[in-house]
Amino acid sequence: MLYKTISKDNFRKMLEGLMENNEVMGPRWRDRDAQGNKIYRFLKLNNFDELELDYTRTYSSPKNFFLPFKENLATYKLGDSDWEQDIHYTIHPRVIVGMRACDINALRKLDEVMLKSVYPNPYYSARRENTIIIGLDHEPLEDCFCRSMGADVALRGFDLFLTDIGDKYFVAIGSDTGYRILNQYDAQDVTEDDQLEFKRAKQEIESKFKTQVDVTIVPELMDLEFESEVWEKWGDKCLSCGSCAMVCPTCYCYGTEEEVDLTFTHATKSRCLYSCNLLDFAMVAGGHNFRPDSHIRLKYRYYHQFRGFVEAFNQSLCVGCNRCGVACLAGINPKDVIDDLITTEKL
Amino acid sequence: MSLKIPHHDINLEPTMAKAPDFNRKSERMQTERSFKSEIIAAIPLTAQEKLFHLRICDQAERENFSFLPGQFVMLELPGCGEIAISISGSSSNHEFLELCVREVGTVTGLLHRLEAGAFVGIRGPFGTHFPMRKMKGHNILLIAGGLGIAPLRSPIYWANEHRTDYEDITILYGARDPGQILFDYQFDEWRKIYDLKLLTIVEHPDEDWNGHVGMITDLFDDVPVDPDNTFAIVCGPPVMFKFVCSYLSDLGLPRQRMFVSLERRMHCGMGKCCRCNVGSTFTCLDGPVFDYWTVMNLQEAI
Repeated sequence: MLYKTISKDNFRKMLEGLMENNEVMGPRWRDRDAQGNKIYRFLKLNNFDELELDYTRTYSSPKNFFLPFKENLATYKLGDSDWEQDIHYTIHPRVIVGMRACDINALRKLDEVMLKSVYPNPYYSARRENTIIIGLDHEPLEDCFCRSMGADVALRGFDLFLTDIGDKYFVAIGSDTGYRILNQYDAQDVTEDDQLEFKRAKQEIESKFKTQVDVTIVPELMDLEFESEVWEKWGDKCLSCGSCAMVCPTCYCYGTEEEVDLTFTHATKSRCLYSCNLLDFAMVAGGHNFRPDSHIRLKYRYYHQFRGFVEAFNQSLCVGCNRCGVACLAGINPKDVIDDLITTEKL
Repeated sequence: MSLKIPHHDINLEPTMAKAPDFNRKSERMQTERSFKSEIIAAIPLTAQEKLFHLRICDQAERENFSFLPGQFVMLELPGCGEIAISISGSSSNHEFLELCVREVGTVTGLLHRLEAGAFVGIRGPFGTHFPMRKMKGHNILLIAGGLGIAPLRSPIYWANEHRTDYEDITILYGARDPGQILFDYQFDEWRKIYDLKLLTIVEHPDEDWNGHVGMITDLFDDVPVDPDNTFAIVCGPPVMFKFVCSYLSDLGLPRQRMFVSLERRMHCGMGKCCRCNVGSTFTCLDGPVFDYWTVMNLQEAI
């Protein structure tokens, strides 16, 4: 991989240049929570000053630029006895700036399913290939456990990835598009001092991880502890609202819906992101529900994240961002659930 | 039981001559493209079930479409919805597809109101199939409960079309009551022409019924099973899998020679929507046809 540095001034000019010519999304603050903390969200940037590069965490993840909550899959022209189907994948280029390593690694996990697995998904592909990603390192929050999930370092999946080393950024260049953008703004070759500063910055980040989750034996525990009371303990609290899946950077399940307009001349097929915690997730025709209880559904969510995905792709689906833990109205978070699972095993 | 491990010679299995276009899974394709198909017949079978003959309209799409017994299609009624239905006809029939559908939900409800001449959409075929070629030289035991007979018609047609490949073919078919027995108009042909043994049983007989009464497993008393030389295909409600497969397992039939077809509510058919998840995998990708060993090892499968 190629590395360069860019001064903070030039970085500002680069973003302003990008904003002039493209839609640029980045973390902005939208509101304050009850404690007065800023609530951030990835939104369109109109000028550089709106960008909050030292944001803590966005409530929802940038996944939705690639998997929108609702997406049109096909449209139909309906005739008296016939119909015609129409499918488009038109997506305009877009830049996302300020993505964290965990969110970039989340995208790479989605790539496994959507691009590299069987039946590559053209809708996702169109969005992925038309999005320039400029990532940015940050110091972990109290509850970040991305390090335990091996998602704290992004090696691929971005165009540029920045680490703050004082008055400039140390930049990993992930694509030729990224290279050409960066080089228009007086990017410099990496000096020995830069490299030293980079190492220092990385060590500083590493030293600040507070939350650890030991997931080594979790895939096996998922099977061995399938009947564990841990699932009922946490699952019975679950309100089956689906918030965790909505804010999760890797949850990708969905449901399809078809609608006819009021004139009966057009119909659409769309997909809406869904959650395996919702009551009817595994309901089949005739009304039988394979997962009737909230604790069974919660267990499945963990089973997929920590076992199913591991079997399929040799990695957990979870990246350790704890957005689900923050969003959960019932106070369920992955660290506590997994710790409990491991503890019962030790007893 | 002998400890001699059976040799599995894949040289005996023919390889696919040419992959159908839709099956090149890693090539980018229009995943939501439906093949427009005309309903050329809508045949009422019982009060709840109809058999639909669907002909893909476009000649190239029709000629490209091929499937293997046990696979399913996504059937779409534009503006209404899309559902997974297993293919119930012969895989050698390249003119039309047969789907046997029970009226049970929104999409099937509308489908049942459609008549010949209406156009629906089809995506697929998707999923795994019954390994008919692997069964060459063996007895085949097909066990169906209720609507489970629908996906079994494909392997039955296949077995007849390759009749000398197989030894004894036996069908056991159980239904709740005589009025729910499907495809009984074909039974004579299957027995006489297909040269197979077919036994039926009902749980709740009516006055005219003079056949077997009881559960499907009661039929095993009349059917000798050679565990060393038999493949079983089981299709029906999940509770039936358990009884039938553990019975066969007790007889010594290896669990990887029993195949079951699972049912889930799929939304995509391509391993993307997660709705048909069982255990650590998806019914649409690794199923719907699983061997029983795999099913036993999938949490919540049955």
